[in-house]
Amino acid sequence: MVAETSKNISVTIRVWRQPATDQPGKFVDYPAKDLNPNMSLLEMLDVVNDQLERIGEDPIAFAHDCREGICGTCSLVIDGKPHGPHHGVASCQTYMRSFEDNSIITIEPFRAKPFPVIKDLISDRSAFDKIQQAGGFISIRTGSAQDANATPIPKEVADLAMDAAQCIGCGACVAACKNASAMLFVSAKVSQLGLLPQGQPERDTRVLNMVAKMDELGFGSCTNQYECSAACPKLISHDFIARMNRDYIAASFRSAFKPTPAAGSGGGA
Amino acid sequence: MATLNSNVPPGPLADKWRTYKSNLKLVNPANKRKYEVVIVGAGLAGASAAATLSELGYKVKCIVFHDSPRRAHSIAAQGGVNAAKNYQNDGDSVHRLFYDTLKGGDYRAREGNVHRLAEVSVNIIDQCVAQGVPFAREYGGLLANRSFGGAQVSRTFYARGQTGQQLLLGAYSALSKQVGAGAVELVTQHEMVDLVVVDGHARGVITRDLVTGKFHRHSGEAVILATGGYGNVFNLSTYARGSNTTAIWRAYKRGACFANPCYTQIHPTCIPVSGDYQSKLTLMSESLRNDGRIWVPKKAADCKKPPADIPEEDRDYFLERIYPSFGNLAPRDVSSRAAKRMCDEGRGVGDTGLGVYLDFAEAIQRYGKQVANRANLHNPSKEKILELGEAAVKERYGNLFDIYHEITNESAYKQPMRIYPAVHYTMGGLWVDYNLMSNVPGLFVLGEANFSDHGANRLGASALMQGLADGYFVVPYTIGNYLATVKPNSRPSTDAPEFKAAEENASSIVKRLLAAKGKEPVNYYHKKLGLIMWNHCGMARTKEGLEDGIKKIQALRTEFWANVNVPGSGDNMNQALERANRVADFIELGELMCRDALTREESCGGHFREEHQYPDGECKRDDVNYAHVAAWEFQGEGNTPLRNIEPLNYEFTKMSTRSYK
Repeated sequence: MVAETSKNISVTIRVWRQPATDQPGKFVDYPAKDLNPNMSLLEMLDVVNDQLERIGEDPIAFAHDCREGICGTCSLVIDGKPHGPHHGVASCQTYMRSFEDNSIITIEPFRAKPFPVIKDLISDRSAFDKIQQAGGFISIRTGSAQDANATPIPKEVADLAMDAAQCIGCGACVAACKNASAMLFVSAKVSQLGLLPQGQPERDTRVLNMVAKMDELGFGSCTNQYECSAACPKLISHDFIARMNRDYIAASFRSAFKPTPAAGSGGGA
Repeated sequence: MATLNSNVPPGPLADKWRTYKSNLKLVNPANKRKYEVVIVGAGLAGASAAATLSELGYKVKCIVFHDSPRRAHSIAAQGGVNAAKNYQNDGDSVHRLFYDTLKGGDYRAREGNVHRLAEVSVNIIDQCVAQGVPFAREYGGLLANRSFGGAQVSRTFYARGQTGQQLLLGAYSALSKQVGAGAVELVTQHEMVDLVVVDGHARGVITRDLVTGKFHRHSGEAVILATGGYGNVFNLSTYARGSNTTAIWRAYKRGACFANPCYTQIHPTCIPVSGDYQSKLTLMSESLRNDGRIWVPKKAADCKKPPADIPEEDRDYFLERIYPSFGNLAPRDVSSRAAKRMCDEGRGVGDTGLGVYLDFAEAIQRYGKQVANRANLHNPSKEKILELGEAAVKERYGNLFDIYHEITNESAYKQPMRIYPAVHYTMGGLWVDYNLMSNVPGLFVLGEANFSDHGANRLGASALMQGLADGYFVVPYTIGNYLATVKPNSRPSTDAPEFKAAEENASSIVKRLLAAKGKEPVNYYHKKLGLIMWNHCGMARTKEGLEDGIKKIQALRTEFWANVNVPGSGDNMNQALERANRVADFIELGELMCRDALTREESCGGHFREEHQYPDGECKRDDVNYAHVAAWEFQGEGNTPLRNIEPLNYEFTKMSTRSYK
């Protein structure tokens, strides 16, 4: 029972305030007093916002939803680190017991060129959806699937695919990367689907299209610093980036030498 | 008075859906693109419906309030999805899944709907595997299963403790494919704020752009709401903070009946409340009850002792004692009430006394010995068994133990978890017929937002099943039957007076909220409402309590409109305004829930009226007077809503007393 172990703390939060994308932003300090250390960081922001609203001031806008680390909505850079001081958790799973009494906590949005700030601590991560739409799927029409046990998949393969599939699409990998690269995010989806037998028919087009879209949207390239894995709330390994690079090279060769279908071969009688 | 025809087709139970499907009206493939379907929500139900309808050729617009469809709260479902595959050869069948679900719902759901759900459950697993959902597998490469509450077979498919995430990402990938192909128009960060009804048919919605504050009009030949449940009326729940009732509540105010609003699921295994700052409660998956044993001390005097100091003979494994045939896997409503009774007797644990233990010590020992045997380790030391056992438990439930540790700072490998019931799901929702169409023609309601399949209590791992069944395999057939009666390209212009009136209604609510300029923030009212609901319409309800609750909610509503302070304006991103708009609807819904609970003079499933119980504290149902759906119809502001009734006719199953003993 943690509550009895530690006393309440007070902190100052230094928060990025920016009214809209096209307006300048700045840091503003707010006191947050007498906080139960078991309170989450987001609950602390709730308390500060209640105080602001009570006096008619604009509350701090921040993105959040499930508050249990799975929806990927929360996206704070806390004291310079995407998702804060702890390894393998999202911003919402950061608790006040991680901070010293009377400390200053700096809170910023995820920043990257493809993630413009919408307001205060909220950035626009719709670029991730666009990458998914470019190829992050298996084209299977509803109702046309075979029996689920018809194709056995070795447990190790399914487990590895699941390791990749855990990605919550939060964008911490991009925010942590000095190049604003989205390689960890893209490689997680490419690897999940590329590992499974169901993903083979579109394996080449998937990796080529997703990488092309990633480049087009202005994400940078990977220079093997692995800040992405370190910041990832699901601890997704940068090994998947290597896997994607292999797939990408192979797919590029295959597509370069692929015979083009004869004109007018579609249609028919 | 609304007409409530269930439209369940005649014929033998097992043939109903098959025969009905073959006789539904069809829309010609070339005409499908002339129909636009507006879908609100992109959780399991919304995303699967949007993907499937657009694959069929309909023009689809999918509207979500999140920044991405992948954020919908289906993502947080942990445990699994049921399906009658019988891969375990343990005697499962479509009929058994049907029966378990119907009984689990305490005989308050429609036979026809539930049977269909059980039938299509098998297709869901096939579909998801084909999409690349990495379900758990056995060493031979085949799919693994585990058990969930209310069942004596192993039929739950899972992906670690993140099944909802993987199923949602599967549906999201199908939706993304269609968006990428230009077949679905995706509208993000728009909240539905009104339903547009033209000549008695649902023909569109009004949304508010949460970034710019502007209102938008969306017109279609049909509208689908897949906007989830309304458990956040209790403020503290396992729902995401953004989950809300606004879409279905505003549809209710446009004439759609709200069925069984009082049926609320209180999940037995959640991390207990620790302080008044708390914004949400976190679920510990029901799957933990496969291996965890629930107990409290036999003597109230032992409650403050460390659990390790309480010897085996002084522990009361109360679920195993009271329900020997289901034990720790008794259904959620039954388990929650049992835990509450133990705490009411003064035998609850933790600082607040509102908690029971969920203990893995025995499972760790059992798995430790198993693994040692398999590895040919003879006479392993105690420490070795513990090490191997903890590793085995970690493989099964690691992420849940991690979440528990983050929140409580305690290791559940070393000491039992403390858990307590919390609001988790709402079985009630908008009334729909067998076609999933509400009493407003053209308005379809899917997933948790409707009331259809779970009766008065939902079994574990059935929500994912229902969401995907509705979206992939039911509405794609039934919506055609409706659209075939509508002229192609007949959706009204968004300049129609009905659109203008609906937009004005939504915008007037926003203006009123901004104009109040009172003294208290929105959260203050949400917390107050939650407390009233928990105390008066929670796990145990009484006539006096509910009457008192209604008065308190009415007073709160007046105070809210007079004294809420929503800073800022309506023409940009304003999160306080978003919350206020939702809380205003929750307050109204809370009153309706109390009213529904008050008029249902029986106990069934999640609805427990203290006046109606057996001497041992079990639910006393009244099938003579209450074997019906209560569907509430809005009668205008300030008027008491009308309670319509749809009788539940059980042709094939005997309504018996539900026993798990």
